[in-house]
Amino acid sequence: MAGSVDRMSDNGAALVHARGLRKRFGTVEAVCGIDVGVRPAETFGFLGPNGAGKSSTMRMIACVSPRSAGELQVFGMDPDIEGPRIRARLGVVPQEDNLDNELSVRENLHVYGRYFGLSRATVRAKAAELLDFTQLTDRAADPVNLLSGGMKRRLTIARSLVNDPELMLLDEPTTGLDPQARHLLWDRLFRLKQQGVTLIITTHYMDEAEQLCDRLVVMNGGLIVAEGSPVELIARYSTREVLELRFRPGDQHSWLDAVHDLADRVEKLPDRLLLYTLDGEAALATAHQRGVRPVSSLVRRSTLEDVFLRLTGRSLVD
Amino acid sequence: MVEAVRCTGRVLPGWRAALLVVEERWIWYRRNWRATAISSLLQPLLFLVAFGVGFGRLIDASDRAAQVTGGVPYLVYLAPALLVIGAMQTAAFESTYPILSAFAWQRTYWSVTATPVTPGQLAGGQLTWIALRLTLSGAAYLLVVVLFGAMHGLGVLASLVFAVLSGMAFSAPLVAFSAVQENEGTAFTAVFRFVVVPMTLFSGTFFPISLLPGVIQPLAWISPLWHGTELARGAVLGTVALWPAFGHITYLMALLLVGVLLSRWRFQVRLTR
Repeated sequence: MAGSVDRMSDNGAALVHARGLRKRFGTVEAVCGIDVGVRPAETFGFLGPNGAGKSSTMRMIACVSPRSAGELQVFGMDPDIEGPRIRARLGVVPQEDNLDNELSVRENLHVYGRYFGLSRATVRAKAAELLDFTQLTDRAADPVNLLSGGMKRRLTIARSLVNDPELMLLDEPTTGLDPQARHLLWDRLFRLKQQGVTLIITTHYMDEAEQLCDRLVVMNGGLIVAEGSPVELIARYSTREVLELRFRPGDQHSWLDAVHDLADRVEKLPDRLLLYTLDGEAALATAHQRGVRPVSSLVRRSTLEDVFLRLTGRSLVD
Repeated sequence: MVEAVRCTGRVLPGWRAALLVVEERWIWYRRNWRATAISSLLQPLLFLVAFGVGFGRLIDASDRAAQVTGGVPYLVYLAPALLVIGAMQTAAFESTYPILSAFAWQRTYWSVTATPVTPGQLAGGQLTWIALRLTLSGAAYLLVVVLFGAMHGLGVLASLVFAVLSGMAFSAPLVAFSAVQENEGTAFTAVFRFVVVPMTLFSGTFFPISLLPGVIQPLAWISPLWHGTELARGAVLGTVALWPAFGHITYLMALLLVGVLLSRWRFQVRLTR
């Protein structure tokens, strides 16, 4: 893990380079010393439960929150000294929408583009292009407060693209959206990736991370607990397959002894047992032979969710 | 190898960044000016009609009127002071709720500082916008009053400058105060009740502060409204003397400067946590 970070920062081409990065708020330390390197044109993810330090890290990279300690460089510059020059090249999608509800969709893009020093003519053309890209052209003249949550999110993404950023920072871009809106957003993010834009995404949706990220780190309690591509992480922290045995809630405990030797690891959920194993079908057959009678069973591939649950613990942090 | 993205964003000089904040507020105002015109223009005009014309007849008929007004009709005495009150009241509104909204409700300030614009430039732009708003509503009021015939001469323009200066001397510290509010609470209500209203009544608008009881007079001296009223009235009536005017201007400029510095500081602290 440390090896790959070193390689990357040594070649000097990292867009974001952090070493021992820390953020303290009063007595609380939100980020407790992390090493991160993000390469040009890759999509990099910060995964972790709420309170893991993802957003604090993003705000430091976005040059809107000074670091408490450690090294941080974005585009090879120090945010404490060259914040405005770095921000000129960033596209930021914050966790909470902060559009101007009293301006129209197009005016929001216009105003934002002007802050990046774009001329009125440039920003007019760019707004039209971005409205098309995010499928908001027919809502261009509407005030923002009439838009749905998904549309506001799309507008926030359109807004972040107004300066043709080299690096996009997306903090939980799809939280609170319905599945359709999420897929539309993912599609747009894929296109940006194809155009060579570097993306940094925080999320607590595992499917989102698996879909989008080339490489990711899992954060927990302000620290990085794992780093790699989704496939690498699954190979390292989980088994190839998972056998899910569903029981009537409460019954799963009594079957634990009968199956625990069939898997590398067994997780107990309220209504089921998860058996982490190389061959799910074989484990299921053996369980049947031993008289285990689940309400239903399912063999599936391991996902990032399994990695996440293992690394960050079962208990939800709010 | 993917082709490198060509970024179009760039950093602007500070004053241009601040002017872009003004441009944003202008885009909003272009659409919403009607609602604010009522309160900023109609209210001082109603006061002028009620007090200047109605109540003024009573005053002008009194033997001691000249002692108070210096010999001019009460309407003429009152008109420049109401200009300054209008500026102060518009400043009070513009420096409270819109600031809190941009920090806490709509959070639009955070979207601005995600761009190359810095919190200090944002604070500067916000204050410049308020000054422009005061200038616009003051000019509209003056236009009506001049057409009325209650004012004339170059002093009218000077009175507008003094009204805006006095409004900003109140606005800038108030913006800094609003920048530390987390939610509406009772803070703004208290400001209006215990600062704006007493200031309106006891700053020499309707009568000279020399008629106030001695213990209250020092309160008028710290009120930016009194200094602004003395300047604006003096400019219109031609009664302004050099040294008092210098004192009033210095006091207002000092208040403005302190307010600007405090605002920039509070914006910086809150937007870079």
